Amino acid sequence: MFNYPKKLMYTETHEWVKKEGDIYVVGISDYAQDALGDIVFVNLPEVDDEVFVQEPFGDVESVKAVSDLYSPVSGVICAVNEDLLDNPALLNEDPYRNWLIKVEDVSDTEEFLDAESYQQFCESQG
Amino acid sequence: MELKTPLYDVHVQENGKIVPFAGYLLPVQYPTGVIKEHLAVRNDCGLFDVSHMGVITFKGASALESLNYIMTNDFTSMEVCRVRYTVMCNENGGCIDDLIVYKFASDYYFLVVNAANREKDYRHMKDNILAGTVIEDISDSVAILALQGPKAIEVLLKLLPIESIPQKNYSAQEEVYIADMKCMISYTGYTGEQGYEIYTASENAPKLWQLLRQTGADFNLIPCGLGARDTLRLEASMPLYGHEMNEEITPLEAGLSFAVKMKKEDFIGKKALVEKGEPQIRRVGLSMLDRGIMRENQEIYLDGQLIGHTTSGTHLPYLQKALAMALVDKEHSEPGTLVEVDVRGRKLKAEIIGLPFYSRNK
Repeated sequence: MFNYPKKLMYTETHEWVKKEGDIYVVGISDYAQDALGDIVFVNLPEVDDEVFVQEPFGDVESVKAVSDLYSPVSGVICAVNEDLLDNPALLNEDPYRNWLIKVEDVSDTEEFLDAESYQQFCESQG
Repeated sequence: MELKTPLYDVHVQENGKIVPFAGYLLPVQYPTGVIKEHLAVRNDCGLFDVSHMGVITFKGASALESLNYIMTNDFTSMEVCRVRYTVMCNENGGCIDDLIVYKFASDYYFLVVNAANREKDYRHMKDNILAGTVIEDISDSVAILALQGPKAIEVLLKLLPIESIPQKNYSAQEEVYIADMKCMISYTGYTGEQGYEIYTASENAPKLWQLLRQTGADFNLIPCGLGARDTLRLEASMPLYGHEMNEEITPLEAGLSFAVKMKKEDFIGKKALVEKGEPQIRRVGLSMLDRGIMRENQEIYLDGQLIGHTTSGTHLPYLQKALAMALVDKEHSEPGTLVEVDVRGRKLKAEIIGLPFYSRNK
């Protein structure tokens, strides 16, 4: 019932990652936005901030819950999706087009799941 | 193991997102989501399953005296088919629960309590009723549907003659028939909107739900889950047990003095409330000035000094603001006071404001 685009890589903390040259684009998955419900607030770092693999880099809040965002890579932020600050609901509308951050100078990454493995992981979460 | 309300299968068919709550499996939301469900109740109408609530009856010649002794409110002057909100205190003046009391005869009262407190409430009542009062927990045989919102009356008018619908706030009709199903209807709710709560035998619940859904379709009725129930009551600044009050907080501290009749001769907790005197904390509203969302149990600081904590908070869909209710020291409770709230390690600026946040009469 959820969308798992084949061209993306995923984490068990429900972020997706897309590599564009040397830059890693990070967002949250369809499964994640559905689990959160109506998203009303996104707290993101700033350009030039450092992020570290599997450490929180921000959070996303729905009416009911708050959830940390975990960085799938270590590196330096080169872009932040400012549209989300004014309109967090974009993450519910299209979580794959509405990315969160772009990271460059990447020194480390976690072991990503492919779409099929991630889908299996989500389905095992019940 | 979690219990199911008589509408569990209906919630699954409606694609509700089922979560455990107060011992029951209930929908936190339907596919429409909390925001749309919340706005449906403010603008049109919504339908909730609140069958998890506990129902306890008080019967007998001394039922009124028992209630007046166990509860903080006074039921002496209450008329038949009226409803009254009350708190039930422990000996220390703390809140055991808050509940509503229906009167159907001079020797018959019908109490609706919080699901999570049902067993504790029943034990406390059983231990304290006077001779000549018989109480019974009938929760499992009763289903409760809440039809809430400005169009709720129009939905009911399609199903009932106007004289079968309670006209006044906090009044009830004990016996009406919707498609041959015996129901009790009250003009009550937990949303801050005009609305009704409909009580019927558990076996009628799925049919009554479907009938209200079909009839409500012309009035934009949608099913609403626990998520919207919580945001609606918070926007209307209604207290929730376990948040704005608990066994350590008195009803006076929680801002519920309207339901505490200190002039009554005696009631459980009165002595402690008298001894404590004027409450030193107050329930207030908080409006976020920085970017962020306050949640429950976050510390509030004024000039670096801890003055209280939040009790409920989120982003409220109708007002479109991050608001919270809080208990703070009385001397710092003045609206307009600027404070800092510790939102998960970030100190964010907020302003103390008056309650309620939302009132339909405004």
